[in-house]
Amino acid sequence: MNTAISVSGLHKSFGRTHALDGLDLQVATGEVHGFLGPNGAGKSTTIRVLLGLIRADRGDVTLLGGDPWRDAVALHRRVAYVPGDVTLWRNLSGGEVIDLYGRLRGGLDPARRADLLNRFELDPTKKGRAYSKGNRQKVALVAAFASDVDVLILDEPTSGLDPLMEEVFRTCVAEERDRGRTVLLSSHILAEVEALCDRVSIIRNGRTVESGSLTDLRHLSRTTVRAQLTGPADSLADLPGVHDLRVDPEHTVLQVDNEHLNPVLRRLADIGVRGLTSSPPTLEELFLRHYRTEDTRPAAESAAVTR
Amino acid sequence: MTATAVAPTPTASARHLAGTPTLVRLALRRDRVLLPVWVVALVGTLSSTERSLEKLYDTAAERADVAHDMNANGSFRALYGAVYADSYGALTVWRVGATLALLAGLMSLLVVIRHTRDEEETGRQEALSAAMVGRRAPLTAALTGAALANLALLVLCTAVLRGAGQSTAGSLAFGTSVALTGMAFAGIAAVSAQLTENTRLARGIAVAVLGVAFVLRAAGDAARPAADGGSHPLVWVTPLGWAENVRPFAGDRWWALLPTAALAAGCAVLAYALAGRRDIGAGFIRPRPGPAHAPASLAGAYGLAWRLQRGTLAAWAIGLAFGGAVFGGIADGAKDIVGDNDGTRDLVRRMGGHVDLTDAFLSTLIGLLGLICVVFAAGSILRLRDEETAARAEPLLANAVGRLRWAGGHLVIAYLGAAAVLAAGGLAMGLSYGITVGDVSGQLPRVLLATLAQTPAVWVMTGLAVLIVGALPRLTPAVWGLVGLVIALGWLGPALKLPQALLDVSPFAHLPKLPGADVTATPYAYLLALAAVLPIAGLTGLRRRDLG
Repeated sequence: MNTAISVSGLHKSFGRTHALDGLDLQVATGEVHGFLGPNGAGKSTTIRVLLGLIRADRGDVTLLGGDPWRDAVALHRRVAYVPGDVTLWRNLSGGEVIDLYGRLRGGLDPARRADLLNRFELDPTKKGRAYSKGNRQKVALVAAFASDVDVLILDEPTSGLDPLMEEVFRTCVAEERDRGRTVLLSSHILAEVEALCDRVSIIRNGRTVESGSLTDLRHLSRTTVRAQLTGPADSLADLPGVHDLRVDPEHTVLQVDNEHLNPVLRRLADIGVRGLTSSPPTLEELFLRHYRTEDTRPAAESAAVTR
Repeated sequence: MTATAVAPTPTASARHLAGTPTLVRLALRRDRVLLPVWVVALVGTLSSTERSLEKLYDTAAERADVAHDMNANGSFRALYGAVYADSYGALTVWRVGATLALLAGLMSLLVVIRHTRDEEETGRQEALSAAMVGRRAPLTAALTGAALANLALLVLCTAVLRGAGQSTAGSLAFGTSVALTGMAFAGIAAVSAQLTENTRLARGIAVAVLGVAFVLRAAGDAARPAADGGSHPLVWVTPLGWAENVRPFAGDRWWALLPTAALAAGCAVLAYALAGRRDIGAGFIRPRPGPAHAPASLAGAYGLAWRLQRGTLAAWAIGLAFGGAVFGGIADGAKDIVGDNDGTRDLVRRMGGHVDLTDAFLSTLIGLLGLICVVFAAGSILRLRDEETAARAEPLLANAVGRLRWAGGHLVIAYLGAAAVLAAGGLAMGLSYGITVGDVSGQLPRVLLATLAQTPAVWVMTGLAVLIVGALPRLTPAVWGLVGLVIALGWLGPALKLPQALLDVSPFAHLPKLPGADVTATPYAYLLALAAVLPIAGLTGLRRRDLG
C-alpha cells in the first residue's frame, strides 16, 4: 500500500499550549480519509504542518514522500488546499482568484473549471466581500477541484454550504477518488464523513484516539431511542446493551448498542408505542462513547459516567 | 413579577442612538493602548519642545532674533508656519503647533475609520447592529471616542503650557485649536467612511485631505511672511491654516476657531445624514463586478502583489507629485524674502550647509518628501503581515509559492515603489521649479536626482519593517512607532538642537543636503548596505518561523 500522508508522533506547542501531543495519521494513496475531532482538537494544526506553514516540534511527517517543511514548494504543485474559512482579496473577483490559484499549482483544467462553476452555481465576477460565506467557500472548492493535483487537503470545507451544494461537494469528492486522487477531509459532520470516507482517524487533545475503517468504528456507536410509551418502561433496563435509560411521564429516552437494537425494538412494541424517534450517534456521542472505554480521566469521574 | 415591562416608545433620535454608551466603552476598551500612546506622544513632544526652547534661547534678545530669522526663512515657514511673537509660548506653539494639529488630525481620522468602516468591512458591525444598536450609534461612538481623545489633548496641552508659566488664555487657545483640528478631521473621516465599502480607500481619502491641507498651508506660509500682514490665501483654505491663525500667545484670535468648529460640525451632520441613508456594510460608491477570468498579469506572487498594491502606489505617487509641484512652484520666492537680510542668510547657510538659499529651501522640502515616503514603504511591507493575519497568506502559500517569492512580491513594490514615488515627487518639483525660473533642462535633473538620493534612507526604514515583520512579527505595531520617531527627528529635531547621537538614529540624518551640498559615497554605501542586510535578516526569520 502506497502512503500519501504519513504522520507519526507529531508534537507542536504554541507557547504553553500543547496543540499536538504525539499525533499519528496514515493516509493511503487514492483513499478518502476522514479526519475527525472536536473544535480545537488539532486538526487544523496538523494540516498546517502538512502544508509546511508551521514547523513540527517533534515527529515524522511525510507528504507524497517529501518533507512538507523543506520541500514545501515542490510538494504544493501536487496539493490543493481548501481552508474552513476562506478569505478573499476585496478587489479580486472570484474568477480571478480561481485562476490565480490554478496558475500557482500544477495548472487548471478550463473545461472542468467551467463545469464546476456551473455545478456550484457560482458567479465568478463578484468581488471579495460581495460573496457570502458559502460562496467564498465555493471559490476555494472550484479552485481545488479544477486543479490538476494528486492530493486534496480539505479543512472543514463545507462550512456554510447549503444542502444542495453539500451534495455537489460529495459528488466532486467521489469523482476525485475515482480519478485516483487522495483526499484528506477534516470534518466534524459525521454524515459527510460516513458518505465519503474509506477510513477515518479520530483525534482529541492533539492525539489520535482511533483510526480505521468506518465499520471498525461503528461497533463503538450507539443509537439514541426516544419513545412515548403506553405502558411502564421499567423492563427496558434489563435488556443487554441499554444505557442511560431515563423515564419521565412524557418520554422514555435510552441509548442502545447497535448490535442490541432488535430486542429493544421488540420490547418497545410489546409495551406499546405512541411515538418513536431514533437517531444515529452524533459525533459527540461517538466521542463520549469512545472516551468512556479508553479514557485517562480520574477513576471517580469515569465511574460516574459509566454508571 | 407578572407585569410585562413595556418600554415607552422612544423618539426617532433615541432609537437611532440606542446602544451608543456600550459601543463607546467597546471603542475605548479596544483603544486602551492606542489612544494613550498617541496622546502621550503628542503632549510629550509639546512639553519637551517647550523645555528645550527655554534652554536654547534664554534671553529676550535671542528669542527676538530667532523669531525674526525663522520668519524670514521660507523652508522653516513651510515646515512649521509663521512665528507671530517671540515669547516662549509663542515660539513653542510655532515650533510644534502645525505638527500637533496635523497629528491630532491623523489620530482622529484613524480612530474614526477604525470604529466605523473597518468594523463594517470586517463584518463585526453586523453582529453588533443585530443587537439593540441604533443606526447612528456606531458613528456616534466613533466620534465620541475621537472627541474624548481630543479632549485629553486639549486638557493636557493647556496644562503643559500653563505649567510652564504661559498665559491661561493662550494655553487654552492652543489646546483648543489642536483639539478642534482633530475633530475637523474626525468629521472628514466620518464622511469618507460613508462613501466607500473599502476601509483602505476611506482612510486614504481622509489622509489625502489631510495631506492636501498640509501642502497648501505649507505653500501659503512659505510664499508670504505672515507675521505682520494676513496669511496667504492658501493658508486660509485649510483647517491646519485656521489652527495656525488662532495665534496663541500672539493675540489669541478665538474667532479663528470658528471655521474649524463649523467644519467639524458640518462634516458630522453630513456623515449622519449619509449614514441614515445607506445599508450596513454598503457605501455610496458601488463596487463593480470583476472579470470572470484572471488577466495574464495575475500569474504569480509578483503579479498578485502588484495587483494588490498598484492602487496605493499610484495614489502615493500622485500625492508626492502634488506636493512636489506646489513646493517647486514657491521655491524661487523663498530667495527673495531672505535676500535682503545678511543675518538670516548666514543662519540658513550654517544650518543647511548651503550657499544658495533656494537650494536650502529645496533640500528641506525634498527631505520632507523622503520622510513622508517612509510611510508608503512601511505600509507596503506591512501588507505582508496583513495578508498573514487575515488568513489570506495561508491558502496562498499552500500553493507552489515559496515564502520568499510571496514576500518578494511585496518587497519589490516597497523598494522600487518607494523610488518611483520619490521620482514622481522629484520630477514634479523639478519641473515646476524649472518652469518658474525658466530653466527646466538645468533644474529638473538636479532636483530629481536630489530627491532620488533620499531613496537609500527610505530603504533602510523599509528593511527595518521587513526585519520586524519577518523575524519579530509580534512587534509589528512598533513599525509605526519607528516611522513616527524618524519623521519626528527629521522634522522637529534639527531646530531643537537635539544631541547629534540621537539625531543620528535616523538614516536621513546621514544624507547630504541635496541639492547643493557636496556628495560623498560613504553615507550612501553604509545606508545601502543596511538596506540590504536588514531585509535579508528579516526574510531569513520569515523562512524559519511559523505562519499565522
